[in-house]
Amino acid sequence: MTMQIADSVSLSAPDAKARAKARAHAAAAQDNLRTEPRAVRITIIALAMIFLSVFVVLPLVVVFAQAFSKGILAYLSALAEPEALAAIKLTLIVAAISVGLNLVFGLVAAWAIAKFDFAGKTFLITLIDLPFSVSPVISGLVFVLLFGAQGYFGSWLRDHDIQILFAVPGIALATTFVTFPFVARALIPLMQEQGTQEEEAAVSLGASGLQTFFRVTLPNIKWGVLYGVLLCNARAMGEFGAVSVVSGHIRGETNTMPLLVEILYNEYQFVAAFAIASLLAMLALITLIAKTVLERHLDEGHDASDH
Amino acid sequence: MTIEVKNLVKKFGSFAALDGVDLKVDNGELLALLGPSGSGKTTLLRIIAGLDWPDSGEVSFNGEDALAQGARERHVGFVFQHYALFRHMTVFENVAFGLRVQPRAVRKDEAAIRARVKELLDLVQLDWLADRYPSQLSGGQRQRIALARALAIEPRILLLDEPFGALDAKVRKELRRWLRSLHHEINVTSIFVTHDQEEALEVANRVVVMDKGRIEQIGSPDDVYETPASAFVHGFIGESIELPVQVEGGVIRLGDRPLRLAADGLAPGASKLFVRRHDMLVGPPGSGAFEGAVQHVRNFGPVQRAEVALSGGETIEIDAPRDKELRAGDTIGLNPRRYRIFAG
Repeated sequence: MTMQIADSVSLSAPDAKARAKARAHAAAAQDNLRTEPRAVRITIIALAMIFLSVFVVLPLVVVFAQAFSKGILAYLSALAEPEALAAIKLTLIVAAISVGLNLVFGLVAAWAIAKFDFAGKTFLITLIDLPFSVSPVISGLVFVLLFGAQGYFGSWLRDHDIQILFAVPGIALATTFVTFPFVARALIPLMQEQGTQEEEAAVSLGASGLQTFFRVTLPNIKWGVLYGVLLCNARAMGEFGAVSVVSGHIRGETNTMPLLVEILYNEYQFVAAFAIASLLAMLALITLIAKTVLERHLDEGHDASDH
Repeated sequence: MTIEVKNLVKKFGSFAALDGVDLKVDNGELLALLGPSGSGKTTLLRIIAGLDWPDSGEVSFNGEDALAQGARERHVGFVFQHYALFRHMTVFENVAFGLRVQPRAVRKDEAAIRARVKELLDLVQLDWLADRYPSQLSGGQRQRIALARALAIEPRILLLDEPFGALDAKVRKELRRWLRSLHHEINVTSIFVTHDQEEALEVANRVVVMDKGRIEQIGSPDDVYETPASAFVHGFIGESIELPVQVEGGVIRLGDRPLRLAADGLAPGASKLFVRRHDMLVGPPGSGAFEGAVQHVRNFGPVQRAEVALSGGETIEIDAPRDKELRAGDTIGLNPRRYRIFAG
């Protein structure tokens, strides 16, 4: 009752103006869906910015600062060292092998999960995530247990003179294992959403299995494939734990870039260590940009499928 | 092309999607599979197309075993409910797809493919959309492109799954008429699935009414509407009044009230009496088979729809012409012009 009286009384001209202003303010706040006071907002944003700066931007800056601390010539000559070149070459080879394998495995797994119903499907989906939930060091150790001198296949491998551990095959295997989920994970939701109707349409129009795959399925998931490959590659090049266990750290032979960074750092060769690290950091930045571009294409793909 | 289906059974787990279906489709027919969702009509269509396989039974085209062939070899045009157009291809490439994936030995050259696609786009009156992508088309346009794509392979049979299901009412009506005239023009044996009785009755030459994996009735649109073969068909097609009645000693009773209706040839026991709403003729009290009190009256264009509480305990809705005005509170007699009684 008193409220009503107050309302009718306050309808004098200046008050009405103030109320209109207050209303506009409230409406603006509503528009932005912000209800917290200004101070709280600023504090939250500032906390997020400070955290990101200290934990993400600062390390990145430090890497480049250290790499160039003795000048650009020292930087370039550090990268031109045979050991550095060998590590870069090995990293590229290992990444190419594991990305290639995971592209095939990931496509097959995603295809099976998205397009067919079978017993044990849920188990398979869980299994695909296993490499994400296991510590990479353990993943590496598994391969030591399998292929090491005392491992299950150790004596057979030695008899046939096949070198897996402390050589490229071991490193590639460990990397493949650790990076397995990326392609599959990028494709499963996409393929599930797209369903099987376009494939069914293709088959009823007379397309063979291969024609259906290359003309219908693959074009529909190409951005998802690229997205998965990109993340898979970034992780494959940067993998440390699993590779460290199986590599044996033979200089100039089985050191990948991340392993070499650690060795050089432990030997107080800071410029060389950070020079290699800067390459990995640049890879990360390029990956980030490419990821943003791909995500935009992926969204378009989702929109186009919205009928 | 004739299609013959014999004793088809398909189970999904313990659910029988098809429970012994027999069907013959004549050459050049336009047949509707009509039924509520879960009646098995889409499953039947997919099995004919080769997109699903039955647990047992036979499917033959012109007498030759179709189940021995995959979807790819059957030469069946299939139009999907949600069209399933290839989203990364233009309209032109969508229609050309079936021609481009043919084995090299029989594949047409590029000029012939272009001519054929142009011809099909003309047929569906959408040649001006050739360079668009499916996401840029309206629902009705997508539907027609899906049809053109299915026709490109010169199918022996055309199958359409809920062809108008995803369209709004106005477009649906236009497309119905268009589909019927198109069928007249190309005259390919066609089956379409629908849950919309109006659509089935308006478009098809013959209607197959399905329920729970079984065929309830096969007949012309007039047959299934005028002489429904079962309680389900009567209840599903047209708006029906359904009354639980008892048949005993040559008398039909509603509750404890005997109805003045002939009970000749009816098996005694609990039964269901069906009358179309507009077949209930209104007369003065005491004149008809039923007696009732009018509860509400609403006017729908040419008819007045009245809710009538029958003596005997049931309340029904009838559609009466506007000439004799009904008022709430009136006591009236009702006489069914036509009615059917099914046991059960």
